[in-house]
Amino acid sequence: MNNYKHDTRSRSRRQYMVAIDGALALNAILVIVQMWLLTASLEAYLSGHKDSALPGAVFSGLLFAGTMGLYIFVRRLERQAKDKGF
Amino acid sequence: MKQAHQSESEPLWKDEFSIESAHETIVNRRQFTKFLTLTSLGMFVGNLWILSKTWFDKQSLFPKTVIAKADEVPIGAVKLFRYPTEADPCIMVRTSQDQFVAYSQKCTHLSCPVHYSQKTGQIECPCHEGSFSLHTGEVLKGPPPRPLPRIVLEKKDGLLLAIGIDIQNE
Repeated sequence: MNNYKHDTRSRSRRQYMVAIDGALALNAILVIVQMWLLTASLEAYLSGHKDSALPGAVFSGLLFAGTMGLYIFVRRLERQAKDKGF
Repeated sequence: MKQAHQSESEPLWKDEFSIESAHETIVNRRQFTKFLTLTSLGMFVGNLWILSKTWFDKQSLFPKTVIAKADEVPIGAVKLFRYPTEADPCIMVRTSQDQFVAYSQKCTHLSCPVHYSQKTGQIECPCHEGSFSLHTGEVLKGPPPRPLPRIVLEKKDGLLLAIGIDIQNE
């Protein structure tokens, strides 16, 4: 009985960790894309192509919203894990 | 439920730096996620800065500045001037009877002063042997990554005036 309880707790904890790791990996990808976007926008600005500044800022804002959402998701998961005593 | 109440009453440092080894991995991941989010915010601010610079540049008007009298410069000769401010050296070349071209004198590679070579008919940078087309400012050879910004000229009452800068001549 005790073993079963331990297994269930362990599996739940693993599920939380998988979810958090997934969010972290996605967050890292979004930040890398955003880094590329900033570099491309700066390069375009310096070479005089000013039309790309607005779409660059809009996409960068969307990516930031994505990373913020993932951060809130991770915090919520962590709070749930703490509440359940993992 | 009891645990949730406990975490609310815990001091902030305990929440940020968990002392329980079981929580440690989660907290570290959370901290890293926070770092990534702040990095993302920084880059978003960078993009907004570029956008504001673009808008600011569009709104600012270049002054009209007299460079020289049109007859003052012989064909194939060079006139150096500063535009739009005293800190911006420029070079003007008279290519034919009615044609004048002017560019920023700062090389787009490392800002060395470029000069007109009558021998090659090109604008050259002596620092790293870059060269630009006299007629368009495009890079012909060497390390410069972009064409030279072109100074927009106007001829009025026998005077040559600089009226703007065109850096979109790639």
